Amino acid sequence: MNKSPYWKIFSNGLFTANPVFALLLGMCPTLGVTSSAINGLGMGLATTFVLILSNIIISLVKYQIPDKVRIPCFIVIIASFVTMVELLMKAYVPALYAQLGLFIPLIVVNCLVLGRAEAFAAKNNVFRSFLDGAGMGLGFTLALTLLGAVRELLGSGAIFGRKFIAPEADGILIFVLAPGAFFALGLLIALIRALQNSARKTAKSR
Amino acid sequence: MEYILLIIGAVFVNNIVLAQTLGICPFLGVSNKLSSSVGMGAAVVFVITLATVVTYLINRYLLVPLELGFLQTIAYILVIAALVQMVEIVLKKVSPALYQALGIFLPLITTNCAVLGVAILVVQKEFNLLESTVFAFASALGFMLALLIFAGLREDLELVDVPETMKGAPIAMITAGILAIAFMGFAGLV
Repeated sequence: MNKSPYWKIFSNGLFTANPVFALLLGMCPTLGVTSSAINGLGMGLATTFVLILSNIIISLVKYQIPDKVRIPCFIVIIASFVTMVELLMKAYVPALYAQLGLFIPLIVVNCLVLGRAEAFAAKNNVFRSFLDGAGMGLGFTLALTLLGAVRELLGSGAIFGRKFIAPEADGILIFVLAPGAFFALGLLIALIRALQNSARKTAKSR
Repeated sequence: MEYILLIIGAVFVNNIVLAQTLGICPFLGVSNKLSSSVGMGAAVVFVITLATVVTYLINRYLLVPLELGFLQTIAYILVIAALVQMVEIVLKKVSPALYQALGIFLPLITTNCAVLGVAILVVQKEFNLLESTVFAFASALGFMLALLIFAGLREDLELVDVPETMKGAPIAMITAGILAIAFMGFAGLV
């Protein structure tokens, strides 16, 4: 594995500081759209698109923006890219757009996007900001797809629409509804923590 | 009667937090203490109602006639951010006591997705001005209700012996899930 500083920035968002499992950012879309794996993947990729582009643009214009009005400026930049994603998705993947509905415009208020703009892109150069956006975005996508897959498997016995149980059988319906989102996410976070703890213990005993 | 159904629907059946999973960040973030969640809830009720009325008027009399529908997201978020800032300034001047109580929660509200969510929902549902206002107020009340119940539960949770890996966010999620199941009992009421 390449241990260059660039890889470190990229993998930071992917694993160590995963936006969903470690930082607990962007919870609304995480819980709201992950009723199936494909929805999670779509939402994750839309957010990644916004995150990468807004990180790039913000790091390009960071010296031109007066410090006092930087947050409104960031929000406008982010909102422009969200509008672009919205129009693109409406045109090319109308079915997915209808499924995600309200949550596409709500990418604007996803704390992850504004958080990375403020914490990373406003302080780093373009290439590093791009890597950070890509890493964080893909980490978000990974988490959403995983959560979507777990909920879809438990809720309707399928992953990405491919059914594993008898066609006439139903899954545990609660998992595709709102309460199931809370349960699945809570248990996944706990599971990842337990894995991290046991990994730390084995590293120590060595 | 129609409006009563709208209110019951927005507060209990389609609760904005527990059924539609909007505004989760403040729901998890400021629900550690009952007292601070009262302040946050009140601030949210105020801002959501005001923001929905203003964005409704902007959409109806500015964006639609000028065929600028594609600017909706940008216009709405700017209006909400400006509105929150204005409310803060006005409150500071007019009622320092209320400002003291709500002050610290106001800046957080701009990125509360329930505010933008309700503003967009009333456009999607094609409500008129009065319906929009009632719906926004009721949705915000639903947020406050969920926040208060959850804060009460979490205060009790402090005293419970929770397994190490479940501490903090995971157990909060599970609690919220059980609360959401309880709210599912209201389904079919309207």
